[in-house]
Amino acid sequence: MLVEWPQIVEALWETLIMVSFSLLFSVVIGLPLGILLVITRKGHLLENTFVFNVLNGIVNIFRSVPFIILMVAVIPFTRLVVGTSIGTAAAIVPMVLYAGPYIARLIENSLLEVDPGVMEAAQAMGATPRQIITKFLIPEALSSLLLGLTIATIGLVGASAMAGAVGGGGLGDLAITFGYQRFDTIVLLITVGILILMVQGLQSAGNILSKKIRRR
Amino acid sequence: MITFENVTKVYQSPTAEVKALDQVDLHIEKGEIYGVIGFSGAGKSSLIRCVNLLERPTSGKVIVNSQDLLALSPKELRKAKSDIGMIFQHFNLLNSKTVFTNVAMPLLLAKKPKDEIKQRVQELLDFVGLADKADSYPDQLSGGQKQRVGIARALATQPSILLCDEATSALDPETTNAILQLLKKINEQYDITILIITHEMSVIREICDKVAVIDHGKVVEAGTVFDVFSQPQTKVARNFVKTVMHDDIPDSIYQLLETQDEANRIYRIVFVGESAGAPLLSQIAKHYPVEINVLFGSITELQGTPFGNLIVQFKGEDKEIQRVIMHINQQKVAVKEVFEHVS
Repeated sequence: MLVEWPQIVEALWETLIMVSFSLLFSVVIGLPLGILLVITRKGHLLENTFVFNVLNGIVNIFRSVPFIILMVAVIPFTRLVVGTSIGTAAAIVPMVLYAGPYIARLIENSLLEVDPGVMEAAQAMGATPRQIITKFLIPEALSSLLLGLTIATIGLVGASAMAGAVGGGGLGDLAITFGYQRFDTIVLLITVGILILMVQGLQSAGNILSKKIRRR
Repeated sequence: MITFENVTKVYQSPTAEVKALDQVDLHIEKGEIYGVIGFSGAGKSSLIRCVNLLERPTSGKVIVNSQDLLALSPKELRKAKSDIGMIFQHFNLLNSKTVFTNVAMPLLLAKKPKDEIKQRVQELLDFVGLADKADSYPDQLSGGQKQRVGIARALATQPSILLCDEATSALDPETTNAILQLLKKINEQYDITILIITHEMSVIREICDKVAVIDHGKVVEAGTVFDVFSQPQTKVARNFVKTVMHDDIPDSIYQLLETQDEANRIYRIVFVGESAGAPLLSQIAKHYPVEINVLFGSITELQGTPFGNLIVQFKGEDKEIQRVIMHINQQKVAVKEVFEHVS
């Protein structure tokens, strides 16, 4: 094996940093975006065809660019935000641009599943639009929202590996530079093993949490 | 209490224009239980949603508690809504919240103090008979129990109006009855005006004081339940009345009609109120030389007034039968020869 264990631990740490920070920022962008995509829809709480069409279009544009291309395409923007286009921090920028719209779509789907009757009851009670969102829409969709976020997190683990390939660090970087380019099969297997464990853990945690909230 | 003035609601779809409500005038007095009946698609759902502006009328006025709802600001409207409770066919409870939180929701929205909420919710759950279910989730309840939670929630803000949107349509007959009795109790105990929309005439018969029949967006008939049931004026109303009154003439009688001649005639006699208690047939038998054969009969109670429907065959001379008919008419009882129903 060409790498020492501390190197693998460091790579794992970088991956965790990339995934967790990009998840955080993606939710910050994706949650309001997802809510807006629902409530501006025709016949919904704050129907606004213009806002809906614009947001819908933007989300579609970001969703249609493959991550590897997106990463390269936004390099100038990444430089603007973090000052460099290489390294863990720099990888987070395209990851957020990738996962934010994705999360918006997942959240949109979850919120659309909420029984329209519940919204009607909320309106009959005289709830304000803000109350309808925070006290009815989100709590009712929470279980499904968490499953959506689990999917997004796993997507980010995959993206982080790709970001590694262009100098983002992390497990993906390790796998490419040592496992692939220098034919170190053991490193390759170890990184893949860690990634598998990570995804399994995330999915199980998501399932358990979602089930606990669903309360059925 | 609730007044509709010339209310029209039009749904615009790309291909067509649908008039859900067509110049509806309706007046509901305080303390009444008012039923609106119609087939699905008749517009009753739009009608009830115009009372709390879940749907805004295209034109016309909706006046609730002498307030023109359409003239209110969003804030004023939200306040007005706290005086209008609503229950639904599918209950529309929050599945992620306990029964307690569901019932407390309108009070939480109004930011009432915690202990006040706790006391009020306990009171409401006691009233609907679910005191022991406060910590359950809606999924753990039966349909009837869910509707009780819905009722408790609707009453939380002590409204003066309760809207019932097909509230019993998803329930079995026994549960339906229990819920209707609960609604009656609410009406009597708290003097809450209740507006019910339904497609089940039995619901109207069971608890309503007044009824409006709606068809193709228009109110085609309105009045006391007794008047509409005993003398429906329109075909739609007659069809609804038929569903609960069983005053259809049985096929066997139609067959008998074929043998009808001068000396052998079939009549329908409708008794209403006091006349239902009069010994009409025995009087006829005593005083007129005709034979009486009762072919079919039913008696129902509407709002505490008996309402009878009898189909009889008179055998005798034509002249005598005519005298019998005159006698019946003098008793202020409606009588009609069944002959005309043949076609």
